Amino acid sequence: MSYFSDAWQWLISSQNWHGANGIPERLAQHLEYTGIALAIALVIAVPVGLAMGHLRRGGFVVVTVANFGRALPTLGLVVLVFVLTAGSAAAWLVPLAALAIPPMLVNTYEGVLGVDRELTDAARGMGMTEWQILRKVEIPVALPLILLGIRTSAIQVVATATIAAYIGLGGLGRYIIDGLARNEYNVVAGGAAVIVLLALAVQGLFMLLTIVIVPVGLRRQAQAS
Amino acid sequence: MSWAWQNRDQVGHYLGQHLYLALLPILFGIVVAIPVGIMCVRWRWTWPPILSLTSIFYAMPSLALYLVLIDYTSFTDWTVIIPLTLFSLSVLIPNVVDGLRSVPAPVQQAAVAMGFGTLRRTVQVDLPLAVPVIIAGLRVATVSSISLVSVGQLIGIGGLGYFFTDGEQRDFTTEIYVGLVLIILLALVFDGLLVLARRWLTPWEAGRAPRGQRRRAVTVTLGGSSAGLTGGHHAHAGHAGGGGGHGGGGGHG
Repeated sequence: MSYFSDAWQWLISSQNWHGANGIPERLAQHLEYTGIALAIALVIAVPVGLAMGHLRRGGFVVVTVANFGRALPTLGLVVLVFVLTAGSAAAWLVPLAALAIPPMLVNTYEGVLGVDRELTDAARGMGMTEWQILRKVEIPVALPLILLGIRTSAIQVVATATIAAYIGLGGLGRYIIDGLARNEYNVVAGGAAVIVLLALAVQGLFMLLTIVIVPVGLRRQAQAS
Repeated sequence: MSWAWQNRDQVGHYLGQHLYLALLPILFGIVVAIPVGIMCVRWRWTWPPILSLTSIFYAMPSLALYLVLIDYTSFTDWTVIIPLTLFSLSVLIPNVVDGLRSVPAPVQQAAVAMGFGTLRRTVQVDLPLAVPVIIAGLRVATVSSISLVSVGQLIGIGGLGYFFTDGEQRDFTTEIYVGLVLIILLALVFDGLLVLARRWLTPWEAGRAPRGQRRRAVTVTLGGSSAGLTGGHHAHAGHAGGGGGHGGGGGHG
């Protein structure tokens, strides 16, 4: 039990809440890496997923990207890009964005593809253009799944951004890499606890977001069935 | 590649460790997930709390769990195996539940009419029909597990992940490539084996329309909502069957 109390002591001691190695600063760096990687992945994955889902093609590509993305070991990619680019920012950006793309792409594609054909046909019959169908019918109906994809990506990136510390960057991973190197397990456990809490907070945030954003009509339908 | 051949003893050693660390959690996962999944379908009230638990485990960063466990298991294989088992459970349980729920009611009714008891129906009718969805979950869990083991290298237990840290320290890209290629190959091989297992376990699926389309047809003829479609379909192709399962959950809970 001393392990947990050590970690707790570390967490609540005021010196860990100030300065360049303080928790707020490390948390901000962590969120910065996560945010940038997620934004890049979002800009690539969601439009492509929407287009493929709307046109009902490219399923094979999506499944392949998903499988490949899951198989790709992030640590290996981080280390490889780091060595190849002699330590540029790409070393954390490329692997984290690559990690974030598959869940967003697959869920967006599946979400749009799963929209009932009768709905889109009805919309078409009402004279909507393809663009209107996508924007007013398919995206709202697919929204729960699209958000789920973004949530999955966000959780994975938050957890994995830890690895950035291995190649000398900041973020919450610093506590873990430095703590392990110096055999300071209270620091390691404290850092791990902050990361777990952050991942759970992201999970909670997205669950809340789903409740707020998903149209009321769809929510009622989801509860009824 | 000549480097890998020259160091084949070392490569073999880490390959073996990697397989052991990645596959044991899957084995534990499926052994636990099937009875738990059956329970969740049989006693419906057990499902919501277990679903919440699995989504928490799914969100739990594996590296952080490794670190928390160090104090209890020190630097042994269990430090990696336990978190990966929890992760595989978080993917497998929702898929087992989705798979069992995707069994069409008329099929179950036919089994009951033929005199099958609950246990016999579950084992001989429901589980075989749930195999495609369960295997979809197994594929996600296995491929992820093979890839995630390498993160354990940060605490010194990472199978082929050794080549990443060692290659980085020696500034030797060949070694990193060898690690990457072997991990991706392992993932592809086991993914392929699971696809073969599915074909072997579900011979009646051969030559039928792709599952998504067929599901749609089934749900339409049954007059049900598109709910069954969403759940099974996403678990089948969707990312992280667990995640897909939850997504479907909105539609078919």
